[in-house]
Amino acid sequence: MTLTPLWEVFVRSRNGLAHKHVGSLHAADATLALAAARDLFTRRNEAMSVWVVPSNAITASDPDDAAMLFEPAESKIYRHPSFYEVPDDVGHM
Amino acid sequence: MYTQGLNAADKAPPAIEDAGRLGAFQARIDAEQKIEPNDWMPEAYRRTLIRQIAQHAHSEIVGMLPEGNWITRAPSLRRKAALLAKVQDEGGHGLYLYAAAETLGVARETLVEQLLSGGAKYSSIFNYPTLTWADIGAIGWLVDGAAIMNQIPLCRCSYGPYARAMIRVCKEESFHQRQGYEIMTVLARGTTAQRAMAQDALDRWWWPCLMMFGPPDGESQHSDASTRWKIKRFSNDELRQKFVDATVPQGHYLGLSFPDPALRFDEATSHWHYGAIDWDEFRAVLRGDGPCNRDRLAARNRAHENGAWVREAALAFAEKRRRKAAA
Ligand SMILES: [Fe+2]
Ligand SMILES: [Fe+2]
Repeated sequence: MTLTPLWEVFVRSRNGLAHKHVGSLHAADATLALAAARDLFTRRNEAMSVWVVPSNAITASDPDDAAMLFEPAESKIYRHPSFYEVPDDVGHM
Repeated sequence: MYTQGLNAADKAPPAIEDAGRLGAFQARIDAEQKIEPNDWMPEAYRRTLIRQIAQHAHSEIVGMLPEGNWITRAPSLRRKAALLAKVQDEGGHGLYLYAAAETLGVARETLVEQLLSGGAKYSSIFNYPTLTWADIGAIGWLVDGAAIMNQIPLCRCSYGPYARAMIRVCKEESFHQRQGYEIMTVLARGTTAQRAMAQDALDRWWWPCLMMFGPPDGESQHSDASTRWKIKRFSNDELRQKFVDATVPQGHYLGLSFPDPALRFDEATSHWHYGAIDWDEFRAVLRGDGPCNRDRLAARNRAHENGAWVREAALAFAEKRRRKAAA
């Protein structure tokens, strides 16, 4: 059984938007991965640009660390503009 | 549906798992949170999903065969372009689904191997032959129609990658059903012979389509856990009834009749009541004794073997370039 490498596919749907992860596929190399990504994810005008990245090149955070990593931000509401009071008379700020 | 084979009980011994983790997992499901690939999950949840997603993927792949049979004989360029695009979509659906299954820790090659060796199940519906052009209309209208009924609730399935694959799939399915119904419309409004062809296709596909939703509730051994885990949102019978209710008026609109003398509208329930389904036929097809089971598997195996040199050449070329770059 031969295993072909796995690639993650990112698509920019319109100029001005960031590339967004749309899925993954198997291909022997980057050229074939791009060709397959085009066939698989852009059959209905979904893309202006495609990136393919070897899946094993991605380092992901551990879901078990999610609380440690992200919960501290929850209590810091003073990082948001709505935390501060500005008199109505001042108008939009 | 595409995962009818799940009705056989899971034979693996139950894993011993921490009650606290199981409780926390179920609480996340109950709160409608999505489960993502690296999250902790019960072994049975993982196994159920791998089997379900793999069977679904195999169904999309084998599903290309009955329609592929008519691509070269489509009656016009318009029909040929549409059918090619549809069959290509189904191949894509298979690939989205294999990728979703792989996030659970199984290699696509392993799943493909299981399909080719006959060890894996796929939907019973693709073991019926496409005898005339009207069958292409009937498949789009009825088979894709039934698939949509099943796949729309799966867009809300608790497993993130499966739900996301289903959203992509559902966006593409609607054209499949509409092009099929258009074919039926043209035939139904055509000559006497064309009308008869449309009626004959409906006669042959109707019952197998009702079987697509799987055995009646109560005989389905996997439903309880799948419902608790929010993989399954509606029962087989609920989905089947929805399909009948949606489809019968569409058939009557075409002036076609359904091959079910017991079919009648029940005023009290506002549902179309349908007659008894031949579950012996269903079990025979699932077991491998349908009209085309051997043919379908042989065709898949042939395609896989004929493509082997392409896969090997691509890998060899990639390896050669890697060595060159390293030198
Ligand atoms: Fe499909
Ligand atoms: Fe389809």
